[in-house]
Amino acid sequence: MLQLEGVSKVYRVGAFGGTNLTAVRDVTFSVRTGEVVSLIGESGSGKSTIGKMMLRLLRASEGSITFDGTNIAGLDGEALRSYYRNVQGVFQDPFSSYNPVFKVDHIFDLIRGTYFRDADDVEWSHKVEASLDDVALDPAQVLHKYPHQLSGGQLQRLLVARALLLDTRFLVADEIISMLDASTRIDVLNLLGDLKRRGLGILFITHDLSLGNYISEKTVILSRGRIVEMGTTEKVYGNPLHPYTRTLMSSVPQLHRTWREVDADLAATGADAAGRCVYHAAHPEADGDGAGRIPTGLVETEEGHLVGCFRPYLEGAC
Amino acid sequence: MTLQITDLRVYYRTLAGDVRALDGVTFGLADGEIMGLAGESGCGKSTLGNSLVRIDGRMKYVAGTVTLDGATLPISDNDQMDEFRFTEVSIIPQYAMSAMNPTRKIGRMVGDLLESRGVKFGDMRGELERRLDLVGLGADVLDRYPIELSGGMKQRMVMVLSTLMNPSLLIADEITSALDVTSQRAVAETLVEFRERGFVKAMIVITHDVSILYQIADTLTIMYAGKLAEKAPTRVITDEPRHPYTRLLVSSLPEVGVRFEDRRLTGIPGTPPSLLGPPSGCRFRERCPLAFAKCAQEPPFVEIGPDHSVACWKAD
Repeated sequence: MLQLEGVSKVYRVGAFGGTNLTAVRDVTFSVRTGEVVSLIGESGSGKSTIGKMMLRLLRASEGSITFDGTNIAGLDGEALRSYYRNVQGVFQDPFSSYNPVFKVDHIFDLIRGTYFRDADDVEWSHKVEASLDDVALDPAQVLHKYPHQLSGGQLQRLLVARALLLDTRFLVADEIISMLDASTRIDVLNLLGDLKRRGLGILFITHDLSLGNYISEKTVILSRGRIVEMGTTEKVYGNPLHPYTRTLMSSVPQLHRTWREVDADLAATGADAAGRCVYHAAHPEADGDGAGRIPTGLVETEEGHLVGCFRPYLEGAC
Repeated sequence: MTLQITDLRVYYRTLAGDVRALDGVTFGLADGEIMGLAGESGCGKSTLGNSLVRIDGRMKYVAGTVTLDGATLPISDNDQMDEFRFTEVSIIPQYAMSAMNPTRKIGRMVGDLLESRGVKFGDMRGELERRLDLVGLGADVLDRYPIELSGGMKQRMVMVLSTLMNPSLLIADEITSALDVTSQRAVAETLVEFRERGFVKAMIVITHDVSILYQIADTLTIMYAGKLAEKAPTRVITDEPRHPYTRLLVSSLPEVGVRFEDRRLTGIPGTPPSLLGPPSGCRFRERCPLAFAKCAQEPPFVEIGPDHSVACWKAD
């Protein structure tokens, strides 16, 4: 449904934009209907930049992003509006996503003004109630309140409901549960699961590996703007190949398994003893210019499991 | 026993009345114990940590005693506490990344701090450099400004600084929350290392992330709405918790291996009560699946097994 092809993003930073900072490098992956893809990376890895490019809040410097075959870079006016009918985003901080002087129903009315001018009052209130119902909120309890009167979990679900008012088919969920308490975060996560069953495609951006494992079919591991490993969630979690993925896996705190036990498990599987890149020969560009350029291509090691060059993580031992 | 807290009550003053953030907390901390303190936001866990170090203007000491190494800690008196702060009780604050003075080089700031406690910087320099080395920082950080360090480096710098005088009690408040997973592990393991080397005698590690505590803590204490719900050795809390809140909390955590498609986890319905005039009786009653008539009376925090205390009428 949504496809990224060789997407890069270069920011101009520093005084007068004199320095280029490549935040995302040659990223290619796709999200299908009824699929949750988790995009996992540490701070600064470019994961939010990718989400923003999909929402057309930023433009890709290179490559193309297509939605149902249409390149989104060229959309404007009515076409862009119809894109936003299909593709919506929800972001990390629910407390600052709202205008504090508006009550919740007014926030919904803003959408009506842009997208549903023809809807009459009855039709509109049915629509609002249906979408609140989808996120398990009681309209009577939330609609006439100000944002500060609601909890973080309620606010975050309202944002999802707002996105669902449109005929949303694709949702970018950027760290939407990292600010919520353990007792409510699982409810929001389940909500994403229910939406997936209804056929939405979801890009779930997170730094928390256990959340990604719970909800997603496909996992993309991002480091310094590159994809280092991706594939079906079982394969990436069950048999992490790239040194970076393995570091992540061994650092994520788990309940009922200590770090030492995870270290022991990881040592027993995967990469070769010397720690050299075992896929060196398989990367066609690896020896390309010999100038230490890092190949961005991925190698398919088994069906539905791709891994990138190890070089940046092995200090030249590739 | 390093620390003994009895019936501690600390409220926040607000225009609407007192917010009873810490409402009768009693527990002890053994020598060498790392205690994890977990709970939802607003349950009073940071208030507990802060009140052992400094009760600021918004907070009001109401009742309770704190004994550290056999001596009473004068927590209600800010001036008297000065004698203990940094030397006997120390804290790594929640926003350690902004805990340093941005206009001073780090070495100078450390010097100021030590001199305020009557210790010469020169005497401590060797030990300081050894400890910096232990957390992977070079001695050259002392000649730098805080802005020149990354978030993880600042966090480690503050950790070394807070423990420099070998305090008996260290409070680490959400110190891993803002870090990436790889730094999280390093920071958490450093805490254990500090205990092993005897830099600190006992530790309270406050976080909302129970899985981090599973890795490093000896005992876990779960707080709910200003009171203790359960305290027990870590494995007991995660494997056979007795308080219904602890059970729901632990079962709502996604573990690696649990998938939405296979097993749908559930959260805890409802929200914690307001601590501005909290309800009488058990404060978890409203959300508790096991609640019955007796829960209208407040359950005592009693020992039901070795080192295992629970505040619930249904626990035994």
